[in-house]
Amino acid sequence: MKHIKYLLLRRTTQISLMCLYFAANAYGWHILEGTFGTSYLFGTVPLADPYTTVQVLATGFVLGTDVLLGAAIITVFYFVIGGRAFCAWVCPINMVTDLSNWIRRKLNLDKEEVNYRFIKRSARYWIMVVGLLVSAFVGVAAFEVVSPITIMQRGIVFGFGMGAAVILTIFLFDLFGVKNGWCGHLCPLGAAYSIIGSKSLVRVKHDHVACTDCMDCKVVCPENQVLHMINKESISVTDGECTNCGRCVDVCNDDALEFGIRQFVKN
Amino acid sequence: MSVNRRDFLKNSAAVAAASAVGLSIPKEAQAAAAQTESKWRWDKAACRFCGTGCGIMLATKGGRIVAVKGDPAAPVNRGLNCIKGYFNAKIMYGADRLKKPLLRMNDKGEFDKKGKFKAVSWERAFDEMEFHAKKALKASGPEGIGVFASGQYTVMEGYAAQKMMKAGFRSNAIDPNARHCMASAVVGFYQTFGIDEPSGCYDDIELTDTVVSWGSNMAEMHPILWSRVTDRKLSNPDRVKVVNISTYRHRTSDLADVEIIFSPNTDLVLWNYIAREIVMRDEAEKIIDWDFVKQHMVFAAGPVNIGFGMRREGEKSLKEGKYSDLEMETVSKEMKTIVSAKEAPALEPYGYKEGDEMKHTPGTLKHWEISFEEYKKSLEPYTLEYTAKVTKGDPAEDIEAYKKKLQYLANLYIQKGRKVVSFWTMGMNQHTRGTWVNTLAYNVHFMLNKQAKPGSGAFSLTGQPSACGTAREVGTFCHRLPADMMVKNPKHRKITEKGWGIPNGTINPVGNQHIMKIHRDIEDGVIKFAWVNVCNPYQDTASASHWIKAAREMDNFIVTSDGYPGISAKVSDLVLPSAMIYEKWGAYGNAERRTQHWRQQVLPVGDSMSDTWQWIEFSKRFTVKDLWGESTLRNKKVLPDVVKDAVKMGYTEDTTMYEILFANDKARSYTLKDAFPQLGYDDTESRGDSRNVLGSDGKPWKGYGFMIHEYLFEEYASFGRGHGHDLAPFETYHKVRGLKWPVVDGKETQWRFNVKYDPYAAKAAKETGATDFAFYGTLAKALSQGDLTGIKDKNKKSLKNKAKIFARPYVDPPEMPDDKYDTWLCTGRVLEHWHSGTMTMRVPELFRAVPEALCYMNPEDAKKKGFKQGGLIWVDSRRGRVKARVETRGRNRVPQGLVFVPWFDEKVFINKVVLDATCPMSKQTDFKKCAVKLYKV
Amino acid sequence: MAHSNSRRHFMATSVQSVGLAALGGMLWSGYTDSVKASPLVLRPPGALKEEDFLTACIKCGLCAEACVNRETNIDKETGKARPGTLQMAKGGDALLIGTPFFVPTEVPCYMCEDIPCVPVCPSGALDMSSLLNEKEELDINKASMGLAVVHKESCIAFWGIQCDACYRACPVLDVAITLEYQKNDRTGKHAYLLPVVHDNACTGCGLCEQACVTEKPAIFVLPNDIAKGKAGDHYVKGWDMQDQERVKNAQGKETTTDRSKKTADEYLNMEVEY
Repeated sequence: MKHIKYLLLRRTTQISLMCLYFAANAYGWHILEGTFGTSYLFGTVPLADPYTTVQVLATGFVLGTDVLLGAAIITVFYFVIGGRAFCAWVCPINMVTDLSNWIRRKLNLDKEEVNYRFIKRSARYWIMVVGLLVSAFVGVAAFEVVSPITIMQRGIVFGFGMGAAVILTIFLFDLFGVKNGWCGHLCPLGAAYSIIGSKSLVRVKHDHVACTDCMDCKVVCPENQVLHMINKESISVTDGECTNCGRCVDVCNDDALEFGIRQFVKN
Repeated sequence: MSVNRRDFLKNSAAVAAASAVGLSIPKEAQAAAAQTESKWRWDKAACRFCGTGCGIMLATKGGRIVAVKGDPAAPVNRGLNCIKGYFNAKIMYGADRLKKPLLRMNDKGEFDKKGKFKAVSWERAFDEMEFHAKKALKASGPEGIGVFASGQYTVMEGYAAQKMMKAGFRSNAIDPNARHCMASAVVGFYQTFGIDEPSGCYDDIELTDTVVSWGSNMAEMHPILWSRVTDRKLSNPDRVKVVNISTYRHRTSDLADVEIIFSPNTDLVLWNYIAREIVMRDEAEKIIDWDFVKQHMVFAAGPVNIGFGMRREGEKSLKEGKYSDLEMETVSKEMKTIVSAKEAPALEPYGYKEGDEMKHTPGTLKHWEISFEEYKKSLEPYTLEYTAKVTKGDPAEDIEAYKKKLQYLANLYIQKGRKVVSFWTMGMNQHTRGTWVNTLAYNVHFMLNKQAKPGSGAFSLTGQPSACGTAREVGTFCHRLPADMMVKNPKHRKITEKGWGIPNGTINPVGNQHIMKIHRDIEDGVIKFAWVNVCNPYQDTASASHWIKAAREMDNFIVTSDGYPGISAKVSDLVLPSAMIYEKWGAYGNAERRTQHWRQQVLPVGDSMSDTWQWIEFSKRFTVKDLWGESTLRNKKVLPDVVKDAVKMGYTEDTTMYEILFANDKARSYTLKDAFPQLGYDDTESRGDSRNVLGSDGKPWKGYGFMIHEYLFEEYASFGRGHGHDLAPFETYHKVRGLKWPVVDGKETQWRFNVKYDPYAAKAAKETGATDFAFYGTLAKALSQGDLTGIKDKNKKSLKNKAKIFARPYVDPPEMPDDKYDTWLCTGRVLEHWHSGTMTMRVPELFRAVPEALCYMNPEDAKKKGFKQGGLIWVDSRRGRVKARVETRGRNRVPQGLVFVPWFDEKVFINKVVLDATCPMSKQTDFKKCAVKLYKV
Repeated sequence: MAHSNSRRHFMATSVQSVGLAALGGMLWSGYTDSVKASPLVLRPPGALKEEDFLTACIKCGLCAEACVNRETNIDKETGKARPGTLQMAKGGDALLIGTPFFVPTEVPCYMCEDIPCVPVCPSGALDMSSLLNEKEELDINKASMGLAVVHKESCIAFWGIQCDACYRACPVLDVAITLEYQKNDRTGKHAYLLPVVHDNACTGCGLCEQACVTEKPAIFVLPNDIAKGKAGDHYVKGWDMQDQERVKNAQGKETTTDRSKKTADEYLNMEVEY
């Protein structure tokens, strides 16, 4: 169990949240209603996706205060506490891309040099900015038109329709195309959370004394560039692109990785 | 496939032959001959649905009906249809048509009342029916076999059923669903005219200046007639006035100049108010046509304490406690009521005052002659003040404005030279004083001499396509025989027995098992075998839970013949698949006495067979000695043994009823001919058909070998010919678009009792010396003399050729809103669905249009009770409750304190809620009023 | 030289990135623009004009959830919710994905008096103020989701059939749809009862479309932009005191036609042919 503790916790969180969203529509529960665009917690606390909100604002439309407040709450939460945890702990696409990754490893697709690295990880920041520009230009929240994240979430809540094809596309792209292609290279929402969460408190800490340099953590990490300190320095993973997924913690046999609170003041 | 070269030759030959003998073949038949290549065959028929009686044309192709059109030659509708008629071509092809007999069985294949339905052969089905019918006869005698008959029977089906019941089983327990629909109109006709059915016809619409609709939503229930009324209004909008009188606003108000919303049951007051205006203002204004009244009318009265047709003290199921205390609160009114403040003024001339206890005796048709002064006395209470106070049905309406409307209404009737037609349907018929209110309508028209005249008359519209043609004219009622004859009347029985070729004394003289009594007799354990024909009595009867419980839990055997599975089939033990309307030859008679025939257009679906065939096959299972021995009725009356007489007539003890009643020499004289109208058309019963269905003996069905439909029709018609009920020959009806009887010398009759139009009236008038009218009906035409309170002189005075004006007061219905049950419930129909929806709920377009029955409610009431538009509520009475959705802005706009729920939807089973009180004279259930409470689900 | 190499490299990759972003952005814009061009769609009550609605809708689905879970949507038998009116556009619906819409022939709008779908809208895409009546109460009759249009050739009432299913189904009965009576000269004794839709009262709920008994409905709801024409702002009905309100934005704009597109000077200085 130790090796999948955070994986299980994450899956439980992701699935529970989706169940709550589903039940809001299917059974009229008032725990978590709506979708990422805007949700209400217990029918009162608004939660809204900051990137979506900014897109709509970019179109020039003045949104209702609930959305703005909701976006602020989410932003503050991830800014202060969660970091980029949305991607690993909430987003349903994460389950799809994790599956891709897992199969990829089983099929040795990584080792057989079939990873097409034609996209840079920085592409997502470009996409994030372009998304805002397109929103302003066309007058519609541009990423929401194509976002597999909300397509999948709405699919779960309201039914998929042809939206399932988009999910399949992501799955195949990550499996046979670029490793961690969607979450690690393209997703502008991930980019947005990377920025928002770059200074958050919850961080993975590395103890390079305990580390045996097995590199298991780097194999499983979807953003393994953030683990540059492995077996080098005993510091926290401070890069905003870390999703706080905890897989590295899970797979580490040496107790060299653990969650902790970021220390702003060095000892 | 079917119209081959040979058919073409035959068709051509038929046309040639017909022209040679000078017959006029319908144009469409000629066209058919010319059109054989097109593979479409058009033939005329009557619409399956309401009593309007529209003519249609059906196209068949490849053995299926593919299209329908309104028949341009049909006088009623001239090529038009309503929304239901538009779907005639689709009603027979619902996916769940019954195709095989289905019997409740256990795993061993034995009949088991608690078993599941499984398909069986026709032979097995009849074996079971025979066994259980014989068991019922043994247990209860002829009264132990009941038939739920129908106003949607074809003439021939109804005739076959009633012949087997009344001649074969000697049981009068056959009564149609038409009992629920126009029995009050019938008794109204009998009491007033001495003969059934309207004086006028639809042509009145084009001729009148005033249409007053009483308790009739013609716009939805008789749409084609309504479009004629609309046309009449448009043709002279200033002169022609339309008034809608109802307990709630419905679509008939759209066209109305005046709408009068009255409180349930108080139409009795309204009619009496108009009569009072006529009588009281006569001296000053010379309103009454005294020449007419003196020559043709007598005044009459009857007892007023006649109960409400509910169960009476001492009846078995009451004693056994099958009725809850809550139910008994209402049922107890059957025995006695306390005169209320509301009814006291109206009952004062009859010797009652407020607070008096009124002991009720069972309903009676008894009445006696009174003087005009007595009649006038009965009208005294109905002043404008009293009338307005008692009748105003919309609490939100201003009383002074309402009074003005009442005066306007009375003046419309009274205005000299203004022709007036009063139309009514269920509002006046489904009424605990339905017979009374029907007779009150004629009073007004008679005193003004505005009856039986072109453009003037009180006209009862019927709901069902052959309520007139089959239920009434054929006489599939428990108390009737063909052509207005009565089982109670020895002379009538004798005539019928002679016509049927059965021994004198065979017919049971006690005909009291009307449709409510059949249900109650099943609940009391008397009837142990019941057969449902062309109706859905377990959905359409009030207090439904009682009857369903009795059918499912007691020792009895219920059979349902139907095209589709409905509630009645569901509660049955055996379900028989019936051929539907255009899968058999048939005839219907509409509300204006128009008889219309059609031919079998296609073969029945699956193994289904017509009800006529089912009855005749059933008759093969019973012999003279099985049925015609002595038996004792409940009232100790003995039906004599007529076996010996039968033997004298040339039958043996083992002759089957089939041979006596259906395959006798007369029947066999109607031969199968390759000539019009038979040529080119299937006749499953007479000739068998290509399906070779395994029949009641397990062998392929090959037909009776004679023209059974023509035989049944002609024998039935023979009873009415020469008695004011003349029908044309069978063949004639296949050439014309229906004829209004009496058909004398080939001519139909538009206005009965009017010397100018009705040959019978002309003949009768010669005896009386009258030149204008003769009300020649013969029933109850000799009366004792008395006053409002009773008979004073028992000697009977003849009133031949006269009609009657009745003194009839307002009385309260047995159940009215109170503190516990605070709302009136009225039920009815919607345009999109026919009755219990067995056909129309299977037409996708109609189902989509109105998928469920709603509870129409006043928005103020909804607000007060905290209901939301569209929300689910319970509609709860002393008898049961159903869930329904609140509708505050629909087609029906009800006043505060009243809700309307249609009954077509078996999932909103409103008849579980409705009270089974009836008019104690007509035995017609009052579906229009009971008290309910409403609360959220 | 390494310095200049790396600078060149940086310049090149920057230009490449900007170029790729521009390319992607254009493709993205084109796609986005095309998927939002779906004018044949009915939106929930109170929806802003389609163009603005697409901008404002945050695709959260709260309206659809409120619709399906409204108190009045309980199935009589199962006690559970029936399918709701509002659907969320999915891939394949040929609509801007994630936006709410309805299809009257599937589930029409039942015009709930409390309009549960509108107050829950967090973004303002469903504008509650447009549904307030004079008394500042929510009034569903103020909704204008579309306009019912009758196709006379397939409407059987225009054949003379006594139908009017749409009329009886209309929740604003006798106001939004009225019957027009006409004599039927073909039969000589019947009348046509013709449904007539009134633009100012029709909410576009689609109950009429669902009730229509023709195989494909002869009365159907179209979005306002498509169903309605517009008379010029320069003319006011002389017989209607209210009509000036309609043209309140009138401006005396300069006009151009083929005839007037040349300036007076240009025209006058052209030679006359003779």
